Amino acid sequence: MEIVGQLQKQFVDFSTSLYGEGFLDEQYLQLQKLQDESNPDFVCEVVSLFFDDSEKLLNNLATALQQQVVDFKQVDAHVHQFKGSSSSIGAQRVKNMCVAFRNFCEEKNLDGCLRCLQQLNHEYFLVKNKLETLFRLERQIVEAGGTVPVIVA
Amino acid sequence: MGCEMESDQPEDLDVVLTSMWPEDMNEAGRQFNVERPGGDQDMLEEVTINKEPNIVDFQRLMELTNYSDKGNWQLAKLVKNWEFKQANVVRLLKEELDQLSKQQQEVELKKLEILEEHRFEKDGYGGDKRPISILDENLRYLYQDAPKRRKDDVVSQGEIVAIDAEYDSVVYWKQRAMHLEKLLEASLQREQVLVEKLQESIESLERQSTPVEELSQVLKRADNFLHFVLQNAPVVIGHQDKDMRYRFIFNHFPTLGEQDIIGKTDVEIFTGAGVKESQDFKKEVLERGLPAKREITFETELFGSKTFLIYVEPVFSKAGETIGVNYMGMEVTDQVRKREKMAKLREEIAVQKAKETELNKTIHITEETMRAKQMLATMSHEIRSPLSGVVSMTEILATTNLDKEQRQLLKVMLSSGDLVLQLINDILDLSKVESGVMKLEAAKFRPREVVKHVLQTAAASLQKLLTLEGHVAEDVPIEVIGDVLRIRQILTNLISNAIKFTHEGKVGINLYVVPEPSDVNEHGSEKKSRDQSTLSANTNGNGHADNSPSCEESELNDTSCDQNGDQMDQDKESRMKAEERIVWIRCDVYDTGIGIPEHAMSTLFKKYMQVGADTARKYGGTGLGLAICKQLVELMGGYLTVSSVEQHGSTFTFVLPYKVSSASDSDDTEELSDTYQLGDDGYDDDLNSGVFLFPPRTLGTLFSSQINGRIPKLLPNSYGNNCNDLLEDSPLPCSNKEGTSEEGSDSSGGAMETASSVPDIDNIRPVAQQEQETASECSSTNRTGVEKSETKQHKILLVEDNKINIMVAKSMTKQLGYAIDVVSNGAEAVKALQRSSYHLILMDVCMPVMDGLQATRLIRSFEETGSWDEAVKAGVEMETTSHQSCSTSQVEETRKRVPIVAMTANTVSESADECYANGMDSFVSKPITLQSLKQCLQRYLV
Repeated sequence: MEIVGQLQKQFVDFSTSLYGEGFLDEQYLQLQKLQDESNPDFVCEVVSLFFDDSEKLLNNLATALQQQVVDFKQVDAHVHQFKGSSSSIGAQRVKNMCVAFRNFCEEKNLDGCLRCLQQLNHEYFLVKNKLETLFRLERQIVEAGGTVPVIVA
Repeated sequence: MGCEMESDQPEDLDVVLTSMWPEDMNEAGRQFNVERPGGDQDMLEEVTINKEPNIVDFQRLMELTNYSDKGNWQLAKLVKNWEFKQANVVRLLKEELDQLSKQQQEVELKKLEILEEHRFEKDGYGGDKRPISILDENLRYLYQDAPKRRKDDVVSQGEIVAIDAEYDSVVYWKQRAMHLEKLLEASLQREQVLVEKLQESIESLERQSTPVEELSQVLKRADNFLHFVLQNAPVVIGHQDKDMRYRFIFNHFPTLGEQDIIGKTDVEIFTGAGVKESQDFKKEVLERGLPAKREITFETELFGSKTFLIYVEPVFSKAGETIGVNYMGMEVTDQVRKREKMAKLREEIAVQKAKETELNKTIHITEETMRAKQMLATMSHEIRSPLSGVVSMTEILATTNLDKEQRQLLKVMLSSGDLVLQLINDILDLSKVESGVMKLEAAKFRPREVVKHVLQTAAASLQKLLTLEGHVAEDVPIEVIGDVLRIRQILTNLISNAIKFTHEGKVGINLYVVPEPSDVNEHGSEKKSRDQSTLSANTNGNGHADNSPSCEESELNDTSCDQNGDQMDQDKESRMKAEERIVWIRCDVYDTGIGIPEHAMSTLFKKYMQVGADTARKYGGTGLGLAICKQLVELMGGYLTVSSVEQHGSTFTFVLPYKVSSASDSDDTEELSDTYQLGDDGYDDDLNSGVFLFPPRTLGTLFSSQINGRIPKLLPNSYGNNCNDLLEDSPLPCSNKEGTSEEGSDSSGGAMETASSVPDIDNIRPVAQQEQETASECSSTNRTGVEKSETKQHKILLVEDNKINIMVAKSMTKQLGYAIDVVSNGAEAVKALQRSSYHLILMDVCMPVMDGLQATRLIRSFEETGSWDEAVKAGVEMETTSHQSCSTSQVEETRKRVPIVAMTANTVSESADECYANGMDSFVSKPITLQSLKQCLQRYLV
């Protein structure tokens, strides 16, 4: 029981830090609300989908920006996608980076775009790491026989 | 000319006439190669000549020789020849006479000389006494007895008398006188001889034959030769006068006497086939005056069946008139027989060859057919395999945890999948049935379920205002054993046929138990079964006691009809009974359609046959359906009949025997009902209820059996128009284009009827698919309605390209109790709207292909104009161009302005103003939250 308590505490702390540091926002809580008995792994599923999707988009972006003639419209479309999905799961910092990215796209600022892509990559892997850690904690809690605490922002 | 010299004839003989046959007798005579018989050998000697067959009317011959040119001519020749011969003889005789007289003179002269000598005492020389030949060497006559030169007759001449005595002496004179006396004596002797000779000659002349005798001899000789030649020849020679009476006949094998033939005609002599013909032929020759040949086969009592080659030539009188015919016949029966045999053989060979060719052709065709069949099988297999995949996946899916709607949908899916599999098997089945390799399955199934499924499936794809109903009599067992696939195939086939040919009214299935038919074979397919029908109905009405006890039906019926009650007891009882019983179940598939004309009944069950070319064009279909049905029914030991009244409807009836395994009834029932309890509530009722009703416009309601016969009123056109309308309105696969154009005018009003042609059974699959799609949409709504007890059958369309957003939005709407359809761009949204109608559209603004703003504009344009022209202009591929113009009711529906809520990300390009400007009603900010979504939905979906 002690382990469960520890894990639960760890989970709450970690979650709070994620919200505090702006990695996640209330939208993530929305996801958690959608998760119920009929859909016990909903959040995990959505986030996994987000990971797959994001990695594809990042690859596409990298490729698009390496072209001799950069199609900013296409880049913008990718970023738009990325922004949409990140905002849907509440990956706030990724979303913000996307907004900045889109501005550079509008300006057709290749340098700015490349910089943004780098940062976006960074932000994405950061949030991915955080979320994976969060899920691991969740699993551990469940495995230990405890219940995952509900975080209310 | 064969005038060979006899070896014993002197070479120096110079005889004018040496041959027995006059050399220059006539041309006809030359045709006979007659050998001159030798003196010591007569070649005819050894030959016995049978003169019997020669029957001659001599008088006629005389007439002929007298009156016919030919005879005349021939006779003249003979006479001429004889005259010539006689002249010759006369000449010879004259010559001889001359000679004789000459000799006489000489002798006289000599006498005088001698006298003179004696007178002058001086005898001159001895005188030239020439020997006289009494016969000239030319004097040889025709025959052997002709006078021959006789050397010995010739007196030596030029003999010089040699006298040894001295001249002028007494002795000399004495000697001389003596000598002369001797000479005189000799001379006298010679004279005597000559006189004798003369006498002899005269005698011989007298002995010489008369011309007639001679001619007869010639003729006889020719006759002999002819006989010799002809004696064994199978020849008949005859002469008939112009009345066709026989005057002469030569027949080597006579069967009739002279008196039977001469003076009679062919017809008088013989009877039988060919006689008349031969007589006619002879007459013809007689009339035409030209010789002719003909082969005639006689079939007479006298000489049986014989074929003669007959040559007939006319005989002319001096005046040139035909006075009769000569005819010659040769028996050629064997030759004809051989010839015919040959001809027959040749014919047989020809036939053989033709057969061979035909066989080769057939082999070729068979090979082709086999190849084609093989290909068909391969193709079917190719199609079947992936389809089996789909169906089995569906089956697996059915085992997972599903809610009621999903289960229902899966059931329809499975049904339809099975159906397509069947259809693919159909062609193979047909050939299998035909070749007798079709195997029937024996599996337990529930007739009620089959009826329900069939009707359900039919209802799902129904495009007309028809009531589909099913009545299963109580006495029909819950479970029977049979080939359910085939039975369902038959039912589906008949039902879709019925629907196809029915424009208003109802189509239904009646199922009830009938007594075992006395003789299945009696029921021909063409035989109408009205009587049977009423009889069976009565039987059912009167209760089960009437049922034939022979097949233990009464017990069975008891069992089945008491199922509502204490079924367990019954089951116990039935377990005691025989494992298997046979029950005959009659199935009527009736409709109120156009009926079948009388003349088409006979071809109804034939392959590829439809009532008329018209029908085929109007209703489509391959014409295979009924043929397969009939074959299948008969294969299962039943019979399929039809009765129909034109313009009033048709009833197809099939009666099949089923095994009933009572022992396992209860277990399965329990199991199955357990399973079904997971499904919709209706299943419990289904088990016992035999009434299924699918009224028009609510067709496809999956719970229709719940109403149990209660006919719901037509739903209003308002918002309550639920998914079923969508279903009906959903665009049909291309096969319906035809139907739409063909039958659009027939519709009695109501939008759906414009596309009223029920797709042919072959086309059911795509329709079924369609139906599933739309059904899934509506059932989701149903589900939420059930779960959340807010029976809102609202349809929401989410237009969103982001997968994560979709997932989240779906989850949220689900939690809020709504199901949504999802499309990923504006163009698809337009298409979805064309296909179906929605109560709310959640529209992302920024999307690939077509953004939300444009899509909204297009939708609004349609709502105003009722036409998708704008959308088409914008490059959206509309599914059927004809559809938009025909679905008038749908237009009304969709013209009710559908709320469109934009989902914006609050960027500059997605400003709220722009959303409104493009016809959107509202917007929610992205990312959407449960709260915002709930508010939005509550606002638009009351």
